[in-house]
Amino acid sequence: MGLLSLAIWVPIAFGAALLAFGRDEHAKGVRWVALVGAIVSFLVTVPLFMRFQNGTAAMQFVEKTSWISRFNVNYHLGIDGMSLWLVLLTSFITVVVVISAWEVITERVNQYMGAFLILSGFMIGVFSALDGILFYVFFEATLIPMYLIIGIWGGPNKIYAAFKFFLYTLLGSLLMLVALIFLYNKSGGSFDILSWHKLPLGSTAQTFLFFAFFAAFAVKVPMWPVHTWLPDVHVEAPTGGSAVLAAVMLKLGAYGFLRFSMPIAPDASHEWAWLMIALSLIAVIYVGLVALVQQDMKKLVAYSSVAHMGFVTLGFFIFNELGVSGGIVQMIAHGFVSGAMFLGIGVLYDRVHSRQIADYGGVVNTMPKFAAFALLFAMANCGLPGTAGFVGEWMVILGAVKANFWIGLGAATALIFGAAYTLWMYKRVYLGPVANDHVKELKDINAREFLMLSLLAIAVLWMGLYPKPFTDAMDASVVELLRHVAISKLPV
Amino acid sequence: MIDKLSWVTIYPEIVLLVMACIIALVDLSDTSPRRTRTYILTLLTLAAVAVLTGLAAVGGKTAYGFGGMVVSDSMGNWLKCFASLALMVTLVYGRPYAADREMLRGGELFTISMLALLGMFVMIGGSNFLLIYLGLELLTLSSYALVALRRDNAVASEAAMKYFVLGAMASGFLLYGLSMMYGATGSLDLNEVFKAISTGKVNHQVLVFGLVFIVAGLAFKVGAAPFHMWVPDVYQGAPTAVTLLIGAAPELAAFGIIIRLLVDGLQPLAIDWQQMLAVLAIASLVIGNLAAIAQSNLKRMLAYSTIAQMGFMLLGLVAGSDQQGTQNAQAAYSASMFYVITYVLTTLASFGIILLLAREGFESEEITDLAGLNQRSPLYAGVMAIAMFSLAGLPPLVGFYAKLAVLQALIASGAAIYIGLAVFAVIMSLIGAFYYLRVVKVMYFDAPVTATTVSASFDVRTVLTINGALILILGVLPGGLMTLCYDAIAATLAH
Repeated sequence: MGLLSLAIWVPIAFGAALLAFGRDEHAKGVRWVALVGAIVSFLVTVPLFMRFQNGTAAMQFVEKTSWISRFNVNYHLGIDGMSLWLVLLTSFITVVVVISAWEVITERVNQYMGAFLILSGFMIGVFSALDGILFYVFFEATLIPMYLIIGIWGGPNKIYAAFKFFLYTLLGSLLMLVALIFLYNKSGGSFDILSWHKLPLGSTAQTFLFFAFFAAFAVKVPMWPVHTWLPDVHVEAPTGGSAVLAAVMLKLGAYGFLRFSMPIAPDASHEWAWLMIALSLIAVIYVGLVALVQQDMKKLVAYSSVAHMGFVTLGFFIFNELGVSGGIVQMIAHGFVSGAMFLGIGVLYDRVHSRQIADYGGVVNTMPKFAAFALLFAMANCGLPGTAGFVGEWMVILGAVKANFWIGLGAATALIFGAAYTLWMYKRVYLGPVANDHVKELKDINAREFLMLSLLAIAVLWMGLYPKPFTDAMDASVVELLRHVAISKLPV
Repeated sequence: MIDKLSWVTIYPEIVLLVMACIIALVDLSDTSPRRTRTYILTLLTLAAVAVLTGLAAVGGKTAYGFGGMVVSDSMGNWLKCFASLALMVTLVYGRPYAADREMLRGGELFTISMLALLGMFVMIGGSNFLLIYLGLELLTLSSYALVALRRDNAVASEAAMKYFVLGAMASGFLLYGLSMMYGATGSLDLNEVFKAISTGKVNHQVLVFGLVFIVAGLAFKVGAAPFHMWVPDVYQGAPTAVTLLIGAAPELAAFGIIIRLLVDGLQPLAIDWQQMLAVLAIASLVIGNLAAIAQSNLKRMLAYSTIAQMGFMLLGLVAGSDQQGTQNAQAAYSASMFYVITYVLTTLASFGIILLLAREGFESEEITDLAGLNQRSPLYAGVMAIAMFSLAGLPPLVGFYAKLAVLQALIASGAAIYIGLAVFAVIMSLIGAFYYLRVVKVMYFDAPVTATTVSASFDVRTVLTINGALILILGVLPGGLMTLCYDAIAATLAH
């Protein structure tokens, strides 16, 4: 069994075991098993990074066995520089989420932990699948645990949110399925994604494919105007659910653009790049303004996620190296930062049971350690140099200016809005005098929460101060992708 | 004419018939309320028949018997094998329910259901209009009796009445169509009819006229819209054990006769019947999915879901257009066969849970009756959730591959209209996902009304667990069953 298979199936096996054997009377044991499972599956992904060969665009750690011979579907895995860090991010966030739920979730603990572990395996599967159907199976399968996580442990309006999440994303994916089958027939019976990259396609076919993939991935990212499910879902989802959703699940969509839309339909991608850039800029600017007026902390961070993901798609569709690498770096950085933001809100929510900004004020007085962490993450969210948030945004803006000054200018305004809504929220929640009795009674974070936030803080600072390992790994793959996308696939 | 080979082609049927009679006799001396002896004997018989037909299917030989009246081929034997297994599972799930409602007192349940199975076998194995019709009538007459098994129950009696009247009309349609075909071609034998039509010398108008009646009759039997009116009423009205009996195994037989009549016999008219099936499929997808959303009764919702699922299955038959060559047709029909088999597997699980929850005097028919099932019994909630997600077509469950295969068959034909059909089907299945999700929602998100845990006897628990696991396992490894369907259909089309 290869490393990638282990990375996928270890968490799923632990999760399934928890579902089968864990009962609420053994909640303590369940938590430990879940933690061990998450740590083991993280450790399994570490060698991927250690043994990864930089400087080549070829797929690494490839595994290939026939799966459904009737349709020539293969169990085909492999990662390149674009997926390596996403795999690591997924297994890392899972560890943090398991820690975050430790004392918070007291009912049906085994199902909660099991769902997250299984979800983690599915998402790693998405990032490493090189077969269309395998990709689709993992991509869709993530909906089931997430639906249950939102619906069982969510807030008062959880059912609406769970249905909205499920049906929105399902519609997109079903159209992608049609596109995958179309490609299978066009390519003469192959579901191999890499072979699709080389497939010549006419302009009608490319346009059809581009929009079928767009339906799947734009909803997932989510791009404006199909982003409306995200704030609803974030508000209702439990803390861990929000963290995983923002940190990893949104990346499934962005990753899809890189792996499917751009290389398979390069001409259509160029033709419709203006649309993608326009939608991304709207996400960055307009949604940034929307974030500014939110009263609910989770909603604010949710809108900020939409804006930050707008950066990612903007970077991809300006078609230069800085933009694309910047987009990928931003994906990973946003994974750490938004995960941390949501977990931080969870820390406050566990104590006060409110997410309204107005219910807080002066938290720094009662929770100084926590406020320090929150400040770091807020700074990262604004894109302060030295934090993870800076690297990606800066690269995308540079790339955008290179492509077109006005696009670059539009993108750069995001930094202003980002700073405005994040710092304003920080001021209202943490600074100033103690606002009310709830805040007065707050206890600072315990060792568990300290550990959880430190893990993320280390990641955020490491990536901000020393982004070289991230960019080095992806360089060759990005260059190769752009070289490929620049060549027209239209039959002459 | 009745040579040794002829007996070989029908020996599972003979075993079934003889054992049905023996079981009826044994039942006279079995006075236990749960009919343990009869029950075990029935299961053993069904298992034996499943093994017999399964072995014949693996052998893969095609044999005609009784002067071409009966055909025993790989597809038919697989369908028979799965139908016997489905009936076995049905009886395992249904016995506690039936015993609680005094439906076992005369022992008819076992005997009649075996006769119904015999009817299915004859339908599947018939290569002659007359024989297919006889099999169909044996199945439907047994079904009418089974629906009316609780004769003191007004709802069940009403359902039986509706079923009988509409079913008789459908049979009339079918018989009328078949007689027209006979009139036009001069033969009842499918192969003769095929040859006569291929010559092109038969009046096309008469053929199409007959075809309309045949397709309408078949549509009645599979419950495709707009001939679906009996489905919700009968599903809801019949005792749940019987609902499962008429909703699971007979779908396999219905698929069998569609292949026999339309493909084996009337393939030269494919252009005509494919258009009719396309209309039926679209109507079924729309009506089934939209009406299912509005249901609060679980059995009724599943009835509409059946209509929608059958619509999807018909799309596979539509896709197998002759112009694209046999390979395409094989792929398309085998997609439909895969669809039916997995549908039956899933239906067994979902009705199994309903039967399990139905205690004495309490039917557990409303969707809200499932509330909080996850807290009461995570295992059964899990099985039901797997069944629902599979019906919705979500990977990694087997229902996804069924949809995938049908969509692939549609898109492979390359025609823009078929790609449009595929997109339409996909959008309809999104609407379908809504009501399947609602069942999951009720089980997992709502608070339970009662705190009692759900208990089941050992046999029911085991079979339900295996049933749920199979939906998942076939979802992870669907290749074997897909190849099986493909080879079976290929063998049938080859002769």
